[in-house]
Amino acid sequence: MGFEKFGRVSFASQTKVADFIEYLEKGELAATKCLECGRVFFPPRADCPWCPDSKVEWIKIEGTGKLISFTKVHYGPTGFEDDTPYTLALADFDGVKVFGRISKELAEEDAKVGMDLKAVTVTLPSGQLSYELVPA
Amino acid sequence: MAKDVAIIGVGQSTFVRNYEGSIRELAYEAFREAIKDAGITPDDINASIIGSAPEYDKQRSPSGLVAEYLGLNPQPTFAIETVCSSSTTGIRVAYSLIKSGLHDVVVVLGFQKMSEISSADSQERMGRGADIMWESPFGTMMPAYYAMHARAHMHKYGSTERDLALIRVKAAKYGQLNEKAVYRKGLDLDQVLSGEPVASPLKRFDCCANADGSSCVILASAEKAKEISKKPVWIMGLGAATASLTMSGRESLDGLNSARLAAKQAYEMAGVGPSDIDVAEVHDCFTIAELMAYENLGFAEPGKGVELIREGETYLEGKIPVNVDGGLLSKGHPIGATGGSQVRTIVLQLRGEAGDIQVPDPEIGLVHNIGGVGIYGNVIIFGR
Repeated sequence: MGFEKFGRVSFASQTKVADFIEYLEKGELAATKCLECGRVFFPPRADCPWCPDSKVEWIKIEGTGKLISFTKVHYGPTGFEDDTPYTLALADFDGVKVFGRISKELAEEDAKVGMDLKAVTVTLPSGQLSYELVPA
Repeated sequence: MAKDVAIIGVGQSTFVRNYEGSIRELAYEAFREAIKDAGITPDDINASIIGSAPEYDKQRSPSGLVAEYLGLNPQPTFAIETVCSSSTTGIRVAYSLIKSGLHDVVVVLGFQKMSEISSADSQERMGRGADIMWESPFGTMMPAYYAMHARAHMHKYGSTERDLALIRVKAAKYGQLNEKAVYRKGLDLDQVLSGEPVASPLKRFDCCANADGSSCVILASAEKAKEISKKPVWIMGLGAATASLTMSGRESLDGLNSARLAAKQAYEMAGVGPSDIDVAEVHDCFTIAELMAYENLGFAEPGKGVELIREGETYLEGKIPVNVDGGLLSKGHPIGATGGSQVRTIVLQLRGEAGDIQVPDPEIGLVHNIGGVGIYGNVIIFGR
């Protein structure tokens, strides 16, 4: 248990990478890294498929990322109807791609592909934990 | 050209908003048309493959139910699922069952009855065809994922919302001619461009409609096909590939890598290239998906797909007619039935039986059917 605390609506409660929640609580966005081949995984993975005998370690995603693409969503799926509009995005943090939302404080017309973003952790009004992307 | 496995019968229900019947009856609509088309009875069929995305049906394991209702007991039946590309994945499996010699005649039946749930619930279920642990908690849905591809394509290549709208205008033109389409109205450029936003830059008419529907494709070995069928249509090449389900794992968002790889495989197996294709059906669940398909299938160089639609080259009279049956945009997209419906259109085209939308004397046709946001890519090439 533990992972049910992630996001506005969580669809999974158990995972071997539930420590991700503890990093969010500390204000950190974390990825995992294979101790053998050095590949970095975001979203975090418990296993490296190329190194079956290896373990992974937690690393922090820091610095600024570049906005790859984004969309302002006007119709939310079930559970998100009263949350719209919100902006979903993918950003590249030095080769590690992070999917999430852009802060509602950034107007759509001010969002530009290629702009610098940083990831910050957030506590939602419900107490759930998440992260979002904000202008760097 | 290898003539090992043929399509000997095709059928499709009318795609509708709210089918007034059960899933077994919906499945039979396409099956009835296909067995009549092939001139066979259920007893001539050795196995059935059912393509349907789970979670829309309360019926658990619908393949057993469908096989019973279609008169296909005691032959084997099983389900194949790759969301929106389930029925072409079913055709890939049917091809291998026949090529291996295990069966002579295999039916692939795709169906989906989406109207039992609300549109928001449907979006939530469709959205869960992506990564439920890491993406769904942000409120994802299919239009949003494709919208992110659209934005990336526009940024890289300078494609515009107007280009996407031109694709919908084409779909709406041909949807009017297709009596089995759910959306039969014409649309002009202004109407498409002024649609309310769904997930920017995609607007209402950039998105296909949910629909209830079924499709049926009957495949046979060469020996059986020659015995039964006057106009067999042959499978020349098949390609299938996958891409990371999680957006973070995608190399780029300006195309679908699964489609690129599947196309390459299918062309190599068929021994043809993009310029040999006379008519194509591509998976236009959103307008941007058709634009990316032009490029991923090699009908245009990367970034040049817009020229095809701007110059009308994908209309019936153009150099590569695409989705002249209205596509998913106007025909509707009943998930499990969609691939089989695309195959039906190409088979009718190659037989010269496509009526108002007949392309002049086509010899080679192509189907591009995508599951999820390019998680699964299937490309099949057909010849006479």
